[in-house]
Amino acid sequence: MKKMITIQTSNFSFLLSSKTMIVLINLLIIQIILFWLSLSLGKTFDPLTSLKVLLGQGSMKDNLSIIHLRMPRVIIACLIGSALAVSGAILQGMIKNSLASPNVIGISGGASVAAISYITLFPAASIQFLPIVAFVGALINGMIIYFLAWKGGISPIRLVLIGIGMSAVSTAMTTMMIVMGPPHIASKSMTWLTGSIYGASWTQVYIYLPWIIVFLPAAFLLLRSLNVTQLGDDIAIGVGSPLQKQRIIFFIIAVALAGSAVAIGGTIAFVGLMAPHIARKLVGPGFGGVLPTSALIGSIIVMLSDLIGRTAFQPISIPVGVFTSAIGAPFFIYLLLKKTR
Amino acid sequence: MSLTTSQITMKYGEKLILDQLNIKIPEGKITVFLGSNGCGKSTLLRSMARLLNPEAGTIVLDGKNIHQMSTKKLAKQLAILPQSPTAPSGLTVLELVKQGRYCYQSFLRQWSKVDEEKVIQALQETHMEEYKDVPIDSLSGGQKQRAWIAMTLAQDTNTILLDEPTTYLDVTHQIEILDLLFELNEKEDRTIIMVLHDINLACRYAHHIVALKDKKVFVEGKPEDVISPEMIQQVFDLKCKVVFDPIFFTPMCIPTGKGRRIERKELNHVIV
Repeated sequence: MKKMITIQTSNFSFLLSSKTMIVLINLLIIQIILFWLSLSLGKTFDPLTSLKVLLGQGSMKDNLSIIHLRMPRVIIACLIGSALAVSGAILQGMIKNSLASPNVIGISGGASVAAISYITLFPAASIQFLPIVAFVGALINGMIIYFLAWKGGISPIRLVLIGIGMSAVSTAMTTMMIVMGPPHIASKSMTWLTGSIYGASWTQVYIYLPWIIVFLPAAFLLLRSLNVTQLGDDIAIGVGSPLQKQRIIFFIIAVALAGSAVAIGGTIAFVGLMAPHIARKLVGPGFGGVLPTSALIGSIIVMLSDLIGRTAFQPISIPVGVFTSAIGAPFFIYLLLKKTR
Repeated sequence: MSLTTSQITMKYGEKLILDQLNIKIPEGKITVFLGSNGCGKSTLLRSMARLLNPEAGTIVLDGKNIHQMSTKKLAKQLAILPQSPTAPSGLTVLELVKQGRYCYQSFLRQWSKVDEEKVIQALQETHMEEYKDVPIDSLSGGQKQRAWIAMTLAQDTNTILLDEPTTYLDVTHQIEILDLLFELNEKEDRTIIMVLHDINLACRYAHHIVALKDKKVFVEGKPEDVISPEMIQQVFDLKCKVVFDPIFFTPMCIPTGKGRRIERKELNHVIV
């Protein structure tokens, strides 16, 4: 039985499903445990030390390795995961197709072209600007896709097809850049493309945090509109949603969330696709549940992938994107098989 | 509350669908658009709900052009149920019906007392209360349609437009849906405008019929005034006899043409 929790006062009123609340609380607990594990696990596993450090009782050496090296990386993993997941959930709702994701629709592609061009063409330039360059690439590609898909309004299927087309063009361009560039740059490019957060620092956290603070809550403002969009264009307009205006806003938020995440962590694949699916399985198709659940699942997937990548094959550190894909690709195939059945 | 179209012209690409139509929808009545396939009756209904933009002309609700009103404002006065809508899998009846309140809500005011009352009332009127936590995709055809109608009722509008609400339903559920709409009109004086295929059901439930032919209104009025063998011949290209329904005394078309014929004397034991 679905129980509902109702909050009604004269100025605001909400309806929450208690099932969703339970799922969210459980995921939050998993996330906190994972956060702690990630801080504790390095060459050795020392959960007590990390707890001490968190409480401000750690030694200088422990503070350095945990607060300055591990913590920003874990935070970045957490933020990137939730941004990609929410971006994917918005795109899937807006396009009404559960196969949409930032990768499929070409947002990641745009970021890749820009980032790889930057790495290849300006090898001497500072790596600090890479996130900005990648973000601009995502934004430009997003704008091109939206512009090409516009025909007196946006039809979701046109948007997807043009996104896939642009995605293919970007892949071709990045491959060409890598092949034409010097070999030592190529490996750097490949690492970025797979998606890695090796060098995550507090500076990156501070650069990235504003994007999350602005655009994640913005996504939550759109909950109700996403819900009616799922019922089809006619119903959405019928119940009073200004559909074309809404679509532009959905798209901007999806691009901003995915673009900034790709800019910091590279093209981490499949999170944007997978997390909303798992969320729907857990809490049903309503976006009131899907958005927060996706955000938590996305962050859990990326944190877990990074933890495995960092520790399983020591001393080699495997890029986080390898593990999100290793789990993601089989899941994607499972989805396709289930759809055609 | 008055809904009229003035000189509206609709096109699909280059193809002219409706040519300068002037229609006045009677208030508080059930109006049905009739016509053969592709005559533009759905197009007319959809344009009256601002789902389509007319090439020329205006649709006026209470003196205001609906295509210039904000879609949210219009949604409080006029609800539309399109033909065969689909819900995402797993969505429950309650979750669907709640969406009808969209135009009254804001981020801070997501579920007011009034929202709750109207949703419960809509579920009661459509007899869907016991199914409120059931996913739409596991309901029968008639129940599904009732859930969608409940959503449009939750919108709490004076006017409801429905595009072929009985399509794909078996005869029991067709009657169930039309009875429900008739009741809503009787009890609450809601103006109902719909497209129907079945001439006889249209005659039974509609107060007003608008028959379309060749991009124009062929005839409009009370079913008993407008339905005649000549009219059916012209509008549907069908030869028929018009008799009166033995129970409701509304007009009924019996198409002539082929079929098994039973001699009167064989029926003697049946007719009491």
